Amino acid sequence: MTVYGGLQLALFLGCLFLLTKPVGLCLVRVLDPGGRTWLDRPLKPVERLLYRFLGVDPAKEQDWRSYTRSLLLFSLAGLLFTYAVLRLQHLLPLNPQRFGPLAPDLAFNTAASFTTNTNWQNYAGETTLSYFSQMVGLVFHNFVSAAAGIAVAAALVRGLARHASRTVGNFWVDLVRVNLYLLLPMSLVLSLFLASQGVVQNFRPYVKTAAGAGATGAGAGNAIAAQVLPQGPAASQVAIKMLGTNGGGFFNANAAHPYENPTPLSNFVQMLAIFLIPAGLTYYLGRKVKDRKHGWAVWTSMALLFLVAALVCWKAESAGNPRLRTLGLDPRGGSMEGKEVRFGVPASALFATVTTDASCGAVNAMHDSFTPLGGLVPLVNIELGEVVFGGVGSGLYGMIVFIVLAVFLTGLMVGRTPEYLGKKIEAYDVKVSVLTILVPIFAILGFSAAASVGRWGLAGLGNAGPHGLSEIIYAFSSAAGNNGSAFAGLDGNTPAYNVALALAMLCGRFVMIVPVMALAGSLARKKLVPADEASFPVSGAMFIGILVGTVVIVGALTFLPALALGPIVEHFLMTGSGVLF
Amino acid sequence: MTNGLAELRRSVLAVAALAVILCGLYPLAAWVAAQVLFPGRANGSLRTTNGIVVGSDLIAPRFLGPAYFHPRPSAAGDGRDAGRSGGSNLGPLSRGLVEAVARRAADYRAENGLGAGTPLPADAVTASGSGLDPHISPENARLQAGRVARARGLAEASVIALIGASTEGRTLGVLGEPRVNVLELNLALDGVSRGGR
Repeated sequence: MTVYGGLQLALFLGCLFLLTKPVGLCLVRVLDPGGRTWLDRPLKPVERLLYRFLGVDPAKEQDWRSYTRSLLLFSLAGLLFTYAVLRLQHLLPLNPQRFGPLAPDLAFNTAASFTTNTNWQNYAGETTLSYFSQMVGLVFHNFVSAAAGIAVAAALVRGLARHASRTVGNFWVDLVRVNLYLLLPMSLVLSLFLASQGVVQNFRPYVKTAAGAGATGAGAGNAIAAQVLPQGPAASQVAIKMLGTNGGGFFNANAAHPYENPTPLSNFVQMLAIFLIPAGLTYYLGRKVKDRKHGWAVWTSMALLFLVAALVCWKAESAGNPRLRTLGLDPRGGSMEGKEVRFGVPASALFATVTTDASCGAVNAMHDSFTPLGGLVPLVNIELGEVVFGGVGSGLYGMIVFIVLAVFLTGLMVGRTPEYLGKKIEAYDVKVSVLTILVPIFAILGFSAAASVGRWGLAGLGNAGPHGLSEIIYAFSSAAGNNGSAFAGLDGNTPAYNVALALAMLCGRFVMIVPVMALAGSLARKKLVPADEASFPVSGAMFIGILVGTVVIVGALTFLPALALGPIVEHFLMTGSGVLF
Repeated sequence: MTNGLAELRRSVLAVAALAVILCGLYPLAAWVAAQVLFPGRANGSLRTTNGIVVGSDLIAPRFLGPAYFHPRPSAAGDGRDAGRSGGSNLGPLSRGLVEAVARRAADYRAENGLGAGTPLPADAVTASGSGLDPHISPENARLQAGRVARARGLAEASVIALIGASTEGRTLGVLGEPRVNVLELNLALDGVSRGGR
């Protein structure tokens, strides 16, 4: 662990802190249907035109059922749209490499993956997808799944902020406004920055480079080999891939690919882009419920969980792999298998933590080749529910569910009806909250169990021994958690895995959203209870401690047995034996 | 039920309308702006000598022979295949990984005349995440300098000086790691070799 790595981590957290309030203020305006932004002049006519085209009355709000139904129907239409694009890509334009259509199972997996904001990659961008499929089939969901996540978070925050109200907002208004006023301008700026760093943005066929023999002056037997360099409209896709915590790579190697993440600066900005909107949403929460300290307390809880994970991952990766050290490797190098020199160990460990704290899933290093404890960190991050800043929207609504549980548990301990921000937390609220916690647990452990005893599950393994089990658990955690990163040695592009992973992704997204929206509706209907000195404080050290404790304890109780058989036993085998698999 | 059908119709219309803006206008705007502002970068940071594209500053090709600095080992395709990026994805206790690293370490020592006591830079014997890593660490470059100098009949000091010129430090003093761009260094070497003869 070097001082530079520490400075990089400090700089990252410092920048995030400074950007939280500006982004939060921006969210306050965008998520208010009448809010004014400085983009009103060019975009207001577009917004009005869209409402007219869709037949939406922006002044009319929906109750939670109607809001949820709109979201589900829109997501279904988007899923079918992308499925069609991928199946028909050989007939569609912008396909200079003449790729054929995707197989039905792969197209279903990829469409489900992007609709659910997961972006699991069973496809390999540069050998499978045309520019049109990337730019239209995938980028569409990069925007709208992010906007849908933010919309659900906004509905839940409205539920908290309102009282005796039947409605929680209008889905179509939230969808349109978040895309137009937030994601679109931010993506445009970020894509140009990325292009300035070297991320490609063109529609040219793949470039063939000439072999350099003879012209080199180096003598016979020395030569530069010819190459084929993939191209494409990557910068515009990578920008929203990060801002929307999507994570699906334009290229197979994702953000490790030099055309997708060319410099340490592009890497730093991409990491910030992942956390930007989720961090801003904590400020939005504080503003809307008129308790800014509460918003910052949630931010601080997230920052603490982030910091611990980042340090553990960095330390494990710096220590490296003793099996390789005995071959004469310089121990200062750390674990470099699957990592890029320009990022090195610190920026790779930091990226792995950020991308799994959030539900992003972009990778700038191959998690499968991390040390056991270094790889444990991203896995645990996903299994805690990706509530550490988390996915855009999904991080905040996941964390609010944990707050409801924390308030409930504290209420049980002191023997008082639990209340949160003046709302009584009743049986119904606790039931739907627990349901959202249980959905991913069943999806992760259920599918993993089935895969680890089924021939279809074991057929795809890239590594043997405990690491193989880790690959399976990681795959279904990533899918159900809508993360999208992988222990990528697992070959998930088989019909069985394509379907199983797609089902896990759909459960982890939509079966979660319904109870969250039910919670939003229930909270909105409640009357306010006046606060007294016995009310549960929702800021300060005790609140932060209880919230962090709830997140960690629920996660640990659920997943520790499975983790013990995967990364944890692997760690002890690495340090305490000579066994190889 | 009619309400549900209306909502379904609205969903389809929303997909169409948003696709035009987000998947048509947005990437085209980014394309025009990037092509005007950063044409070289947006088109792949290609490097040409005498009008022929020899590679990209961002993606190292395979360099054959002792007179070139060698980039890192690669698991992309069948080895440094720029059309099929990716890592080995071998776990830390994988026999395949340990055997591959042992083989590469022996080759690297033999090629560069290093004794068993010289610690090897980790990047010299491990495969990168993309398999296309354009960089090597400065230590890795220095260990290869003697071999390259001998193969070209140059003084080792002048090769070391070229390494220095192709080395980039941490961005803003803290971000990333110091690194040497292999293509840039090798093309600079070719320039010196040609000029010297």
